[in-house]
Amino acid sequence: MIHIDINKALKSHDEMLNLQIQCAIEEGSFVSIYGPSGAGKTSTLRLLAGLMEPDHGTIIVSGESWYNKKQNINLSPQKRNVALVFQDYALFPNMTVQQNLEFALQDKSDKTIISELMDIMEIRKIKDRKPLKLSGGEKQRVALARAIVQRPKILLLDEPLAALDHILRKRIQEYISKVHKKYALTTLLISHDIPEIVKLSDQVLCLEKGQIVKKGAPLDVFLNKEVSGKFKFVGELLKIEKQEVVYILSILIHSNIIKVIAVPSEVSKLEVGDKVLVASKAFNPIIYKL
Amino acid sequence: MDWSPIILTFKLALVTTIILFFIAIPLANWLANTRSKFKPVIETIVSLPLVLPPTVLGFYFLIAFSPGNAFGSWIDETFGFQLVFSFTGLVIASMIYSLPFMVHPIQSGLSSIPTSIKEASYLMGKSKFQTLTQVSLPNSKASILTALVLSFAHTIGEFGVVLMIGGNIPDKTRVASIAIYDEVEALNYTQANQYAIILLLFTFLILFWVYFINGGFLKNFWK
Repeated sequence: MIHIDINKALKSHDEMLNLQIQCAIEEGSFVSIYGPSGAGKTSTLRLLAGLMEPDHGTIIVSGESWYNKKQNINLSPQKRNVALVFQDYALFPNMTVQQNLEFALQDKSDKTIISELMDIMEIRKIKDRKPLKLSGGEKQRVALARAIVQRPKILLLDEPLAALDHILRKRIQEYISKVHKKYALTTLLISHDIPEIVKLSDQVLCLEKGQIVKKGAPLDVFLNKEVSGKFKFVGELLKIEKQEVVYILSILIHSNIIKVIAVPSEVSKLEVGDKVLVASKAFNPIIYKL
Repeated sequence: MDWSPIILTFKLALVTTIILFFIAIPLANWLANTRSKFKPVIETIVSLPLVLPPTVLGFYFLIAFSPGNAFGSWIDETFGFQLVFSFTGLVIASMIYSLPFMVHPIQSGLSSIPTSIKEASYLMGKSKFQTLTQVSLPNSKASILTALVLSFAHTIGEFGVVLMIGGNIPDKTRVASIAIYDEVEALNYTQANQYAIILLLFTFLILFWVYFINGGFLKNFWK
């Protein structure tokens, strides 16, 4: 288990933010951190990585104290074995893709993991290129591969998908999911995208003004009520059209737009841009062989 | 033509540049990363040679290095040599005189390395020293080249400091700039012109080389 119980006073956007994080994370689980900008999400990851020092508290990872204010323990980032995928990827510009991965390797005698990750992330073709010559999606895959090469105890992903388009995003989500399982990683992901969180994570922590306001399984957290539908899709509301008696809602689910009928009482709570769950249980689906 | 002043000039510039490089790196790295309140003080001291007349520096070196003084006599007793009117003294004075030309470009190069890149290296278990030598410095190649060449060229162009503490001893302290002055004083214009032309051409070529490289020709291979 990873037990985090820390406090840190931060200055964010000219106002003071008192970051208070108390949570327990099961090893091997996938946890997402969700919340508005300036809520303290990135700072939480930096505190965990040792790049920032808390004011008080403890961080205990598998029984080992990484930080304990009272006992004056503060493990340096070098000793924590945490990998962080930065928002700007932070690839070393002077090294090729392969050299970037080798730099992160802890046991230099065994390079099989590099070769393995080059295949999983499909970056073998670009292994001799330098970061400046890579596209956004390629950089992202290299950054992810480099983070995993070091076989970290905890993998931290600081909104790594924010700058990517929808299709690329989906592909990288699959890579993340794949390596998380294959290497039995404990992963913490910062994301603003509810469908992404629902798809990838076991647990979500909702952060607001430095406090965890909600935590739990993603659907429970985002839905606030029990739905026992046979189909559940998370999407984004694109348009609300008023018809004679009902409304037609256009909802983006992955890359498809679907239209759903809604009654005025349902629409009254909705706005364009809202994340919604589309569930159905009353109809029999029609299935076509592809 | 007597080539010894030219050779001595380049020898002085080369030795100064090499030693200064190794001194400037930790200093520039400290200045690029520190939040210490002493930073402005150190920065001011490093930049002083930019604005002070070389004769002021030379004058204080002369006083400090002279065997009649505590520091000068200590050097003489401990190491058995004099810093005034000697090549070693010239090297030390040139290093201080060229210090800002070495430190400033390296400092600005290191400051422009994104923090995330250094942090990524720390998280991979690399120490600060490993990060400096394997990540930060290799990504500041253009700045390092500028620093090396500017220090080299600036030492070649030195006159006032050398005149004050070096004097005009052939093969020891008689560098080209002094030789030119000397020949002009003796109305020996042809000889002075030969030295002057050589210096002019060399410094032009050196600076041109830097601007050419940093201007884009080799940049593609560096980043």
